Amino acid sequence: MSASPAAQTSRAPGAAFIFKKALISALVALVLFSLMIGVRTEAGSDGQLTYWTRFGDLAAMVAAVFGGSILVELLRQWWGPVGTVRVVPASVQSTLSFAGRLVAPVLLVFTFLVPVLFYDERYILDLGILVLTYVMLGWGLNVVVGLAGLLDLGYVAFYAVGAYSYALLATNFGLSFWVCLPLAGILAAFWGVLLGFPVLRLRGDYLAIVTLAFGEIIRLVIINWQSLTGGPNGVTGIPRPTLFGIPLTPGDDGLAAMLGIEFSTTHRIVFLFYLILALALLTNWVTIRLRRLPIGRAWEALREDEVACRALGINTTTTKLTAFATGAMFGGFAGAFFATRQGFISPESFTFHESALVLAIVVLGGMGSQLGVALAALAMIGGFELFRGLEQYRMLVFGMAMVLLMIWRPRGLIGHRAPTVFLKTNQAISSDLVKEGHG
Amino acid sequence: MDYFAQQLINGLVLGSIYGLIAIGYTMVYGIVGMINFAHGDIFMIGGFIALITFLILVSFGLTAIPLILLIVLLVSMAITALYGWTVERIAYRPLRHSFRLAPMLSAIGMSFVLTNYSQVAQGARVKPVPPIITGGYTLHESAGGFVVQLSNIQIIVVITTIVLLALFTWLVSSTRLGRDMRACEQDQTMASLLGVDVDRTISMTFVIGAALAAVAGMMYLLYYGLVDFFMGFVAGIKAFTAAVLGGIGSLPGAMLGGLLIGLIETLWSAYFSVEYKDVAAFSILIVVLIFLPTGLLGRPEVEKV
Repeated sequence: MSASPAAQTSRAPGAAFIFKKALISALVALVLFSLMIGVRTEAGSDGQLTYWTRFGDLAAMVAAVFGGSILVELLRQWWGPVGTVRVVPASVQSTLSFAGRLVAPVLLVFTFLVPVLFYDERYILDLGILVLTYVMLGWGLNVVVGLAGLLDLGYVAFYAVGAYSYALLATNFGLSFWVCLPLAGILAAFWGVLLGFPVLRLRGDYLAIVTLAFGEIIRLVIINWQSLTGGPNGVTGIPRPTLFGIPLTPGDDGLAAMLGIEFSTTHRIVFLFYLILALALLTNWVTIRLRRLPIGRAWEALREDEVACRALGINTTTTKLTAFATGAMFGGFAGAFFATRQGFISPESFTFHESALVLAIVVLGGMGSQLGVALAALAMIGGFELFRGLEQYRMLVFGMAMVLLMIWRPRGLIGHRAPTVFLKTNQAISSDLVKEGHG
Repeated sequence: MDYFAQQLINGLVLGSIYGLIAIGYTMVYGIVGMINFAHGDIFMIGGFIALITFLILVSFGLTAIPLILLIVLLVSMAITALYGWTVERIAYRPLRHSFRLAPMLSAIGMSFVLTNYSQVAQGARVKPVPPIITGGYTLHESAGGFVVQLSNIQIIVVITTIVLLALFTWLVSSTRLGRDMRACEQDQTMASLLGVDVDRTISMTFVIGAALAAVAGMMYLLYYGLVDFFMGFVAGIKAFTAAVLGGIGSLPGAMLGGLLIGLIETLWSAYFSVEYKDVAAFSILIVVLIFLPTGLLGRPEVEKV
């Protein structure tokens, strides 16, 4: 706490104010929750609705709001007004930046070692694969949202296209995973361009809602086109991936037999782990390279100001389309991986919740920061795992976290937007000048 | 022909419900310039509150249907309006001057909160109610035995919508609040300089939008006889489509768009396929935005540097 006690008391409103505010919050909460929580309805066995009261729960919720309101107000006073500049000692700052530089390599090395360290713990390996899938999706969406600044709420559509491409090609034509992987990416990119064309002229919120509608259309078509996709039952019996043709099975031609080691199902899990790690790193590498190319610069320019972009002669049409296509392609890769890992896919895996989750990862990670997205995916999926027993509270907490995050850290956890190119020297520009949303 | 007439009636009734929700979207978009993503869920909450109030009233032994409906309407509007106010207060007001995507993302978060809140509080199963208003009129009976019917509930939905629209139009065009709202829509800074309480006006916009959504929720409950926690999502997107189709920011446009979407959806289900009715509605959204980005009655947006 940097402020002196005297300044503290002069700024702090009295206890009466806090109490009054908490009382009002509690009253509002009482009205809000009175019927929704105080009364529980349920259809009985005869289809007749019955209800019973839960005044205990209601009282607990109102009390929680009252207490929470006081706590928030006290925290706010302790933290000081928004925008207070906190001076961090230079030594701490340098240590922090040194640690910050170390995070990425340490994390990468650790990820490489996960299958070695946790070889016997199937649960951790599965969780690792899941986290890496979302890291890859996050990095893919990051191209569209973080770099090009196009809010895409239908990213899961490309994930679905990739997954169904692989599933249908593999089950109907017997194509191998390694042939289908690029095909899935190309098909998803094609759909990305298809979506990109109509929405070229749209901006911000309109774009968001159209991409959302697009995602829903794809899902509804998958559900209803039963002859092709199997409808709600999904596609089963999707072939497992092979190590460039060598299957990971206990048979004579399997990898274990060829290497002369004892077969174990863990081999496949470890293989999948490294496969998704490689795919994710590919996404990361391509993104980093693209950022240094003219197209990457154009994406970032487009994000900051579309009108200025056009004035400078950047072709916004191709710029947007490539962003959509690139993002969609990585989504397609991730989808193909998802299909081969699960062995079974159904439309249920491709709901709007998935899109929102990936978007939340990108936003939480600070839109544009590769490391941030990876950490956010780890935090989100890991956090979801903590709530595994409380399935129905998961999305509730997720939604609350999204709102709170937007209020406290709208730029994400690692929210810096350092320009990737400088004129001679790196100059500090006031954040007032680069604040977006004024174009 | 008779079949078509029946579908026309059904479509107009459904369209009235969409129109009521669409007004909430279009008002908020006009003033704050954001898509209130949680508005569909506010509609769902309105339906739930109407259901619970109805159950309680019936169990208390009230039998006069008109009285029950009136109380249900008022309670549902009042509590849902408070939900609208709270959502704005918690999730949107702190972000008024934040960067462009922040309110949108916060709204998505709020939508999740509301959906899952009602799932946790009221369970995931569909809540059916027995038909409350029965009966109707036979308009025309063809030789083949096909009957064109106008049920009482349909009449109630349409009349309620018309009355509310008249009230609402009066509110926007002839009251102090309406004038403040129009002023804020044009220029918030200037409005505040001229003594308009911008915060309060925006709050009231959310309150009114939520109250209209509550009426829509109640009408949905009466018309379809069920509510569930997930109904806000699809209804919300369709109502938004209606708002865009009519020209976002335009109030008559929202109603017109709602009616059109209702008609298109009903006729599509009647003549093509029920499975693809949502696809049809969403495709219209995309087509409209490509060819008519300002909607039917909207003003073109001037791009400022």
